[in-house]
Amino acid sequence: MDGISARVDAVWRIESARIVATLAKMTGDVGAAEDLAQDALVEALRQWPRDGVPENPGAWLTAVAKRRAIDQWRRKERLDDRYRAMASTLDESADDAWEPIDDDVLRLVFTACHPVLSREAQVALTLRTVAGLSTEEIARLYFVPVATVQQRIVRAKKTISAARVPFDTPEPSEWKERLAGVLSVIYLVFTEGYAATSGTDWIRTDLANEALRLGRMVASLLPREPEVHALVALMELQAARFPSRTRADGTPILLTEQDRTRWDRAQILRGRAALARADALGSGRGPYALQAAIAEVHALAPTPEETDWPRIVLLYEALGRLAPNPVVELNRAAAVAMATGPATALQIVDELVEQGALRGSHLLPGVRGELLGQLGRTDEAISELQSAAALAGNERERDVLLEKAARLRASGIRDGDAAARRDAAE
Amino acid sequence: MKYMLIMRATDDAKKAYKEMDFNEVITKMGQYNEQLIKAGVLLAGDGLSDDVETTGFVVDFSSTPPAVTDGPYGETHELFNGFWIIQVNSKEEAAEWASRCPLGPGSKLEVRRVTDESDFAGFEDNEYLQKEVEWRKAAENA
Repeated sequence: MDGISARVDAVWRIESARIVATLAKMTGDVGAAEDLAQDALVEALRQWPRDGVPENPGAWLTAVAKRRAIDQWRRKERLDDRYRAMASTLDESADDAWEPIDDDVLRLVFTACHPVLSREAQVALTLRTVAGLSTEEIARLYFVPVATVQQRIVRAKKTISAARVPFDTPEPSEWKERLAGVLSVIYLVFTEGYAATSGTDWIRTDLANEALRLGRMVASLLPREPEVHALVALMELQAARFPSRTRADGTPILLTEQDRTRWDRAQILRGRAALARADALGSGRGPYALQAAIAEVHALAPTPEETDWPRIVLLYEALGRLAPNPVVELNRAAAVAMATGPATALQIVDELVEQGALRGSHLLPGVRGELLGQLGRTDEAISELQSAAALAGNERERDVLLEKAARLRASGIRDGDAAARRDAAE
Repeated sequence: MKYMLIMRATDDAKKAYKEMDFNEVITKMGQYNEQLIKAGVLLAGDGLSDDVETTGFVVDFSSTPPAVTDGPYGETHELFNGFWIIQVNSKEEAAEWASRCPLGPGSKLEVRRVTDESDFAGFEDNEYLQKEVEWRKAAENA
């Protein structure tokens, strides 16, 4: 039985997007489609151990779910001509005739990431239906109880039904914004895996791999959209550093201190290829492409010293023009520190402080502490690093900040702690 | 986790292939690859030339220095002629993908998990893992 349930999970993983998309196209409702697919999975668990796994399990599940839908309609005595027509096509459709259409999968992607849903709901529904994860797997990845994930998905489905969200891709006028929404859901999954915002795990590789898989899926559905390829590039290039990002005990190793021989070269190549695809589409670099280009500069530098920091500064400047954001500004400051020294960088950071930007975040005092340390203003530096540590949500990050403060205290005035200066640049 | 699908063909499979419409063979394989790409699971893949007589050779480490010979390639002559690397969540998912590969009688897929960091746990004393620790210390004392 366990063997079968693992098999059902594997089939769901591969086919869920196409099954749910087909059913949603038929019913016009993603929530109903997911319920029907769910019932079909239960049926599979019952029948497959007895009858064996069908030759085309995806088609089998879709057919069972369709039959359920029609039974439900019949029960509701709503069998008008439209449903009658569906019932007859269903009878004709042999298992092999199931030809899911990419456009429907794309509709599913946009519906699961519809702005009527909260971010949390978008993530849960996307992982469940598009990425084909079981609720147990999602719960494991996010360290939450299975019931919580189930609840999120039920609520998401209800919201979509209640808001009468059409099962469709967005209108041209909304396209750009909605696509950005899809990409940010995927990147959110990735960053949650890349540097956990809470808890003790610095990297949750599985979650990052889910995001990469989703990114590649969407890139194959929308090959003409440069930012989709750019997002894939960004994720590949960042994920390439996973093998060297933590020590055996789980503490993070900062970019400049990582053993670059352990970076995943094949993944770097995939990332660069994806960025080249984005660039080849020729509509200029968007925010993801610029971030990917920054990650590419790091990936190409054999040592931290050989990094093309002036180029990184330029890329951050372009990014800041495109999407002004204090975090980008802060990263630019860190790159400026590497390119031209801490004094200029501190000016940028102090401007951010004056603007009251990033209040409540550990990032600003963290970078400011670094820069002050490099300038030999040790007492101020220690105090900033300690405030940063108090604000950090991740235990590992907190440890790193406190360690830096302790190092400064131990060594008195330190000039040119180059490694610490560069940490901030990531 | 990553899995490698290793394609092996026997002489029977190679004979059978010669009678097939090559255009159809590559179309079917192309469709399979497309499925892997669309599912976002394909990381790498390539075919290997079956022209082993002129372009292939074997390096045998039984002697020092290793001996470079034309073969043999193993007793059963099951030739390793191509591979895919896929990123999946379970052994079952890898099996599901492998069984969808459009291969015929005489062909086999050997499926193996690609090792990752977890396979090297307990080997923290290794020179290259040590190297990283020392480098870190050097960076701290700089």
